[in-house]
Amino acid sequence: MNKNNKFTFYRRKTTNVVMLSLSFISAVVTIIPLIMIFYYTISKGMSYLNLNFFTKLPTPVGTPGGGMVNAIFGTLILIGIGGGIGIPVGIMAGTYLSEFGKNKFGSTVRFLTDVLSGIPSIVVGVVAYTLVVIPMKHFSALAGGVALAILMIPTITRTTEEMIKLVPHSYREAGLALGIPKWKTSILIVLKTAWKGIATGVLLGLARAAGETAPLLFTALGNRFWSTNVFQPIASLTVYIYEYSAAPYKDWNDQAWTAALVLILLISLLSLIFRIITRSKYKS
Amino acid sequence: MDMKLNEQIDIPIAVEDKTQHQENSKISVRDLSAYFGKIKVLKNISLDVPEKKVVAIIGPSGCGKSTFLRSINRMHEVVGGTITGSILLDGEDIMKADPVYLRRKVGMVFQKPNPFPTMSIFNNVVAGLKMNGFRSKKILKQIVEKSLKQAALWDEVKDNLNDSGANISGGQQQRLCIARTIAINPEVILMDEPASALDPISTAKIEELIFELKKDFTIVIVTHNMQQAARVSDYTAFFYMGELVEYSNTKKMFTSPDKKQTEDYITGRFG
Repeated sequence: MNKNNKFTFYRRKTTNVVMLSLSFISAVVTIIPLIMIFYYTISKGMSYLNLNFFTKLPTPVGTPGGGMVNAIFGTLILIGIGGGIGIPVGIMAGTYLSEFGKNKFGSTVRFLTDVLSGIPSIVVGVVAYTLVVIPMKHFSALAGGVALAILMIPTITRTTEEMIKLVPHSYREAGLALGIPKWKTSILIVLKTAWKGIATGVLLGLARAAGETAPLLFTALGNRFWSTNVFQPIASLTVYIYEYSAAPYKDWNDQAWTAALVLILLISLLSLIFRIITRSKYKS
Repeated sequence: MDMKLNEQIDIPIAVEDKTQHQENSKISVRDLSAYFGKIKVLKNISLDVPEKKVVAIIGPSGCGKSTFLRSINRMHEVVGGTITGSILLDGEDIMKADPVYLRRKVGMVFQKPNPFPTMSIFNNVVAGLKMNGFRSKKILKQIVEKSLKQAALWDEVKDNLNDSGANISGGQQQRLCIARTIAINPEVILMDEPASALDPISTAKIEELIFELKKDFTIVIVTHNMQQAARVSDYTAFFYMGELVEYSNTKKMFTSPDKKQTEDYITGRFG
């Protein structure tokens, strides 16, 4: 090794170490917010996390105790309505785009879906307000569900399309060669093979919807009482977090943390359920 | 329409092989050309496939072998090809048939084993039946056993019928695909280089299997392997640049072909 070679050798080694360290630090930085979220929600939210929180209604200011059972169920109902509309529409639209979308209409829909996914959620809330709240003349869980469905659809559509595209063409051909009609091949073979990935997209859509506040302010509004009527305003965890965290009362602030913790737990539970449902029958 | 069909059948055989008999021809290909967009990949092919025989298609890559094979059960449409001319299955024009029904009569085995990964071995075999609404468990069980036995796979998998179809070896997967194809009881089986992704032992098994299968089915096989064509087939067609250069019985083809080009290809001097 002559002197020049030795120099480039060490320079290369040094560059490697520096870049590797920077990448490692960046990787650590990305998980710091998550750790902090867990730390704060758990440490601050634990104080109100008891059975009451899951069984009692909110109490008026100054009255200790109380819970958010109405908001927990409200959030479930809202993502239920949103999912009930958004999941079938999203999956079917995604299937259409991947199977038949190789034309101008397909690429237009694809482009507009991407635009839709970039629209601020508060705008979607205003749209749902115009579409549902104004004709019905009052706020309702249904309006909230519609807003959440609009937010879910682009995520589910695009994930479904991408996941179906990942299914090797040979499975489709195998199905067709067995004399299985194209639509059955698409659903029973292609969609089934892509199912796991699609479920991930659905979960992302639901999780995002469950965490939305802005579109619910104009639609589901909120409710301090127990209600499961989809045509009436309904409480939700996110709206409670928004109201309680801004309130000038210490116990409300603490309950907002608990609501945040419960929301995180709810989404984790949802994700766990999805994992179990979509678990492959076969070890790979 | 009957008149027209008869006329087509009465066309004198355009193939060069004199040993063939028109009466027992299962598939009659007449003046077949195939296109992908504007590119003509098959040029005026005419040949007859006799019933319950094995016809091997050989030729260098890109000569149109696979396209020819795919057009027999209209799988060329799936990859965007179009054809002119006619292909008759038992005297019926396949272009007038519904592709779904046609493919139940003319099954296909692909180059790469492609069992459905989300299904068990059992369900892979009866996928074609189940998805077309066939439900009787008892009969499905019988068909699974019969098809797997016919595909020489039964003894290896009979205890693991509920395992994934994708977790067995490549050779077993290919035999599973053959079982899946014969489960719907086709009349013709098309094989697109069925052993090219397999090791020599699995290849030998597939070849033995083809020998057995021709008792019940008419088989058209595309292969890159000259020895394989010589071993398994009764007739061999040599394709070159989209044209049918020579078609005759396999023994003659591999001992004294009529065309110099065929001899050169078979002996490895080009292609």
